Amino acid sequence: MNWLIDFFADPANWSGSNGIPIRLLEHLEFTLAALVVAALIAVPLGLLIGHTGRGALIVVVSANLARALPTLGLLVLIVLLLGTSTVLPVLIPLVLLAIPPILVNTYEGIRGVDHDLRDAAYGMGLRGNQVLLRVLVPVALPLILLGLRLAAIQIVATATVASYVSLGGLGRYIIDGLATKDFPSVVGGSVLVAAFALAMQAVFALAHRLSVSPGVSQRLKVR
Amino acid sequence: MITFDGVTKRYGDGTVAVDHLQLEMATGEITVLVGPSGCGKTTSLRMINRMIDASEGQILLDGVDVRTIDPPTLRRGIGYVIQQAGLFPHRTIVDNIATVPFLLGWNRKKARDRAMELLERVGLRPEMASRYPFQLSGGQQQRVGVARALAADPPVLLMDEPFSAVDPVVRTSLQEELLRLQSELNKTIVFVTHDIDEAITLGDRVAVLRVGGKLAQYAEPATLLSDPADDFVREFLGQDRGIRRLSFIDDSGLRLRSDLTVPVADEVTAVAATAAAVESPWLAVVDEENRPIGWVAAADLPAAGTLRDVRLLSHGTFVRGKDSLRTALDAALLSPSGCAIAVDGDGRVAGVATRESLDEAMALAASATFDPKDAADG
Ligand SMILES: Nc1ncnc2c1ncn2[C@@H]1O[C@H](COP(=O)(O)OP(=O)(O)O)[C@@H](O)[C@H]1O
Ligand SMILES: [Mg+2]
Repeated sequence: MNWLIDFFADPANWSGSNGIPIRLLEHLEFTLAALVVAALIAVPLGLLIGHTGRGALIVVVSANLARALPTLGLLVLIVLLLGTSTVLPVLIPLVLLAIPPILVNTYEGIRGVDHDLRDAAYGMGLRGNQVLLRVLVPVALPLILLGLRLAAIQIVATATVASYVSLGGLGRYIIDGLATKDFPSVVGGSVLVAAFALAMQAVFALAHRLSVSPGVSQRLKVR
Repeated sequence: MITFDGVTKRYGDGTVAVDHLQLEMATGEITVLVGPSGCGKTTSLRMINRMIDASEGQILLDGVDVRTIDPPTLRRGIGYVIQQAGLFPHRTIVDNIATVPFLLGWNRKKARDRAMELLERVGLRPEMASRYPFQLSGGQQQRVGVARALAADPPVLLMDEPFSAVDPVVRTSLQEELLRLQSELNKTIVFVTHDIDEAITLGDRVAVLRVGGKLAQYAEPATLLSDPADDFVREFLGQDRGIRRLSFIDDSGLRLRSDLTVPVADEVTAVAATAAAVESPWLAVVDEENRPIGWVAAADLPAAGTLRDVRLLSHGTFVRGKDSLRTALDAALLSPSGCAIAVDGDGRVAGVATRESLDEAMALAASATFDPKDAADG
């Protein structure tokens, strides 16, 4: 507990390039950038595969790769190849890591929509893209958001480790702290990472509340 | 008019679901497709709005081959109701109903106003409008499904076992509701069911299909009951064909007697005299407004007092000029006298159908059924 107070009470930790605001911002940047890029790739792909039923193999392969892929190893490899002069070496593994949960859940969400519902939508005279955007996506939204949330959790956790090879992020407090036996820094850094992850969850809970129709979320509760 | 001209559907695996179907479905009528599970009813229906395309033959909508119309455009002009309603769970009821008007680009207010009007039309309260589908019972969802299909006022309505998933009481009320709606709207309705009773209740004409997608018989319900084309149809129709057929015969063949009623205020002695004069052991008792309240047996009359002091026996009524012979017979069977009391639209007595007149009407109905072909076969 004292370490925690030491860490957060130290004015040096609130300013400069190693200050909490800057590190938090760096962490947020990594996380958001990786999540946005991964979502831009995986959501449309998942929607397309789920809607057309073609390319389901991509989803399966991606899900299996995710399990087999040693993220840290990949991270080190890419850093060795590209150096640490840009943010790219960190971003690539984070994006690769985030794609499978988004892709799998988006795909499953779309596939899982009740067949009768799809049928009724076509029967009313909706065109293929209208069926997807006006019916399938709103109904699959809880699962799509779940995929994004799982991806975000993974990114936050891994981005912490990513500090090992890059320069920034909240992970620095932990990595540097361990190296110099500065335990207040280690503990403080851990708390910050945990708080960051929790804040992320809160954002997703809010997004869910705002974007998922009560008609859909209520139904899921009933099931 | 919807015309099936030599329509065949062969699925990819070789299954022939519909086999050279030749049918004409009249404008403004309910045509029912009925038959056992797997006989190709759904396939036939879905070929009309091109949810499935025929392998051979043509389906014409008022003379136009549906294959020449782009499917979404075609479907927006054809109402479609399915068994599980298929309501959009993320949309409120009013927006569900307004689906097609929205697609057709109506402005939001006009579409919603129309949806509200339909909500009421199908017997739902306005406060349902802002609810979501999961908050409705199965029967209510089905009503919304019908309202949604009617929203853009399409001339044709396709219904695929729309009432099969609801309990029998609700089903009956939905059937009555559909007939009431149809009497106001006069749509061309194609209705699919596996329930022959539903087919007979709803259909102006009924097409019976057998497995393999072949048409077994296409006829009006009464004809189906009196003249089934073959053993398959006869068996599919089930028990009590004769009695059920009486539902389609009006009461015009039923003579009524007007001398068998007595006012409840009458002294028993006068009633006894009336009974003797008309030579009937039973008299129908009416109140001051000429509405029937029960039967009295001349043999059971007490020595004194009015009919108010006498315990009256149960009675059954039918509406003259509206109900069928079956209802009249049912009314007769509900009273110990064996006679049915005919009432007018206001419930006032129009006369009494005695056993003799029921007998005559029944004989008339039976002779209308008699088909020399049957006699030759038997
Ligand atoms: N997509 C399909 N592929 C292959 N066979 C099918 C398909 N849909 C229906 N069938 C077959 O076609 C026949 C008729 O099916 P259907 O029209 O659904 O019958 P019904 O609605 O009268 O129960 C059945 O034998 C069914 O198994
Ligand atoms: Mg069917």
